[in-house]
Amino acid sequence: MSAKASQVTRTTNAARAAAVLGVIALVILIAAPWWAGRADMRLMSELFLYMALASLWNLMAGYAGLVSVGQQAYVGFGGYMLFALTIFAGLHPVFAIAAAAVLGAAISVPVAALIFRLRGAYFAIGTWVIAEVFRLGFAQVSALGGGSGSSLPVGIVKSLAASRSGRESLSYWLALGAALLVVVVIYGFLRSRKGLALTAIRDNELAAGSLGIDVWRTKFLVYVVVSALTAMIGALIFLQKLRISPDAAFSVNDWTAFVIFIVVIGGIGTIEGPIIGTLIFFLLRETLADLGTIYLMVLGLVAIVVMLKAPKGVWGFVRERFDVQLFPLGYRVVQVDGDKGA
Amino acid sequence: MIMEWANAIVQGTLLGGLYALFAAGLSLIFGVMRLVNIAHGDLIVLAAYLGLTTAIVLGVHPLAALLIVVPAMAAIGYALQRGVLNQTLGDDILPPLLVTFGLSVIIQNALLEVYSADPQKMDAGALETASISVGGLALGVLPLLTFAVAVAIIATLQWTFYRTALGRAFRAVSDNQDIAQLMGLNRRHVFGLAMALSLAVTAVAGILLGVRTSFDPSIGGGRLIFGFEAVIIGGLGNLWGTLAGGVILGVAQTVGAKINPGWQILAGHIAFLLILAVRPNGLFPRISG
Repeated sequence: MSAKASQVTRTTNAARAAAVLGVIALVILIAAPWWAGRADMRLMSELFLYMALASLWNLMAGYAGLVSVGQQAYVGFGGYMLFALTIFAGLHPVFAIAAAAVLGAAISVPVAALIFRLRGAYFAIGTWVIAEVFRLGFAQVSALGGGSGSSLPVGIVKSLAASRSGRESLSYWLALGAALLVVVVIYGFLRSRKGLALTAIRDNELAAGSLGIDVWRTKFLVYVVVSALTAMIGALIFLQKLRISPDAAFSVNDWTAFVIFIVVIGGIGTIEGPIIGTLIFFLLRETLADLGTIYLMVLGLVAIVVMLKAPKGVWGFVRERFDVQLFPLGYRVVQVDGDKGA
Repeated sequence: MIMEWANAIVQGTLLGGLYALFAAGLSLIFGVMRLVNIAHGDLIVLAAYLGLTTAIVLGVHPLAALLIVVPAMAAIGYALQRGVLNQTLGDDILPPLLVTFGLSVIIQNALLEVYSADPQKMDAGALETASISVGGLALGVLPLLTFAVAVAIIATLQWTFYRTALGRAFRAVSDNQDIAQLMGLNRRHVFGLAMALSLAVTAVAGILLGVRTSFDPSIGGGRLIFGFEAVIIGGLGNLWGTLAGGVILGVAQTVGAKINPGWQILAGHIAFLLILAVRPNGLFPRISG
């Protein structure tokens, strides 16, 4: 057996190509205000925000084993913080969005201390109870419109930018930037030491614990980070909508059901899955949304079939078939002397 | 003044009977196969609509519709378990959770498609308003009946679990599926029977809900949460604990509503979170989650 030089690498040709294409796509997307129409930009903003929500939910469910059906708690909380901080504290909306993330992290600490006592599926319903408490709680705050909600005052909207097109561009860029931030944070987190611990927990919680990983703390950290970023996305969502009410802010269908379907269809437990899933979801929505309730039933059915027949989703299928990873996390050995390695 | 508070507590206790009925089916299938059915609330609402349709089409009293809705829901439960849910059971908690979540969205939207979003109510005639006077408190006959039914159903489930061959099969597959299978039990069939029994109880809960208040396709999630809270407050795997949990939740809600009408549901959730903070395993735990 001839000694071949080999080296350990983390990247692949597909990943390099994807990174180049990704940068090109990003430049084109940043330039959207110069080539896209108003409606397209709104749709793309919504797509970016859903992509971020799906990536965050996937980090919890696909990696940390924390299946939540109550992420609407933080979406709504972030939205309400945007309104409260701009209206009562006079903060600039962009600072209010950042502050919403900090407050989201702060409130998630006591919440986690409570609901981490519930295991598995009961944890899931526990998160829903928290979301209901938030919804009913904010409905009691008459300064924010109580049960019927309120609109963002015109003065605050105008403080974003003087012209309408300027505001639309800014809010588009914020959505794009937030989605990018979320994907980069998740990718960086999973490639770090903590991410390795998290992957170990995903694969076998008991074994990970026996190797000295603090399972509770790792999960807690993921929960807090995801809550903060979800609150930030929530603030951005309601900056787009300009109007908030408890039922819209804490809607389980809009902020959790759709997100779960996106992740399951795209491929749970991968970084690519939520991104692909969001594209599929919007494609389906734009073509089938006229069907109304039938569309939702089809979506639920597709998710069930995917879960039963192809639990790794669309991206899992692609990865098994072609062995590509666009966001490489693992290490692989390659031989560098020109021969094709085994 | 004291009478008003006493009244709130008594009414809350009776309301707790209904919540215990929401919870009993949930508790039963968790005990047998560690499955948490996210669609449980929507199945309660489905049962209410089936009851409504039966009562209108056949022109019978809603309670007589139970004779049709209970077997129908049991059949749906058995088919659902054998056809779909058995495939999701395993060490991974994600498949059952996500499949029942998908099911919940399908049932909710199917009901919306068939019955529209308009609130409906079943007409139970004189039963709705009948009341008896006990020590100065007016107790509705319907809430009393609901509570009595809850006690009877929980007693029957308890008896089934510990005194019958079916209950022995339930406990055997709950303890160790593989060994139970070796002893000649078909666990797929046993799970099917457990879900059938669970949805039979759900049918009773749905019809009593539909007679008591108006309902629409969107309320399933809320009913699931009430049932879940009763299960956790009472302690996992303890059916009488579940009844106690339902009563605590009901009393918290009526007392909360007495203080401020907007706080009814919120007070129930807060009572649940307080108990979770102080007694994470519930008040009367029997098995570990």
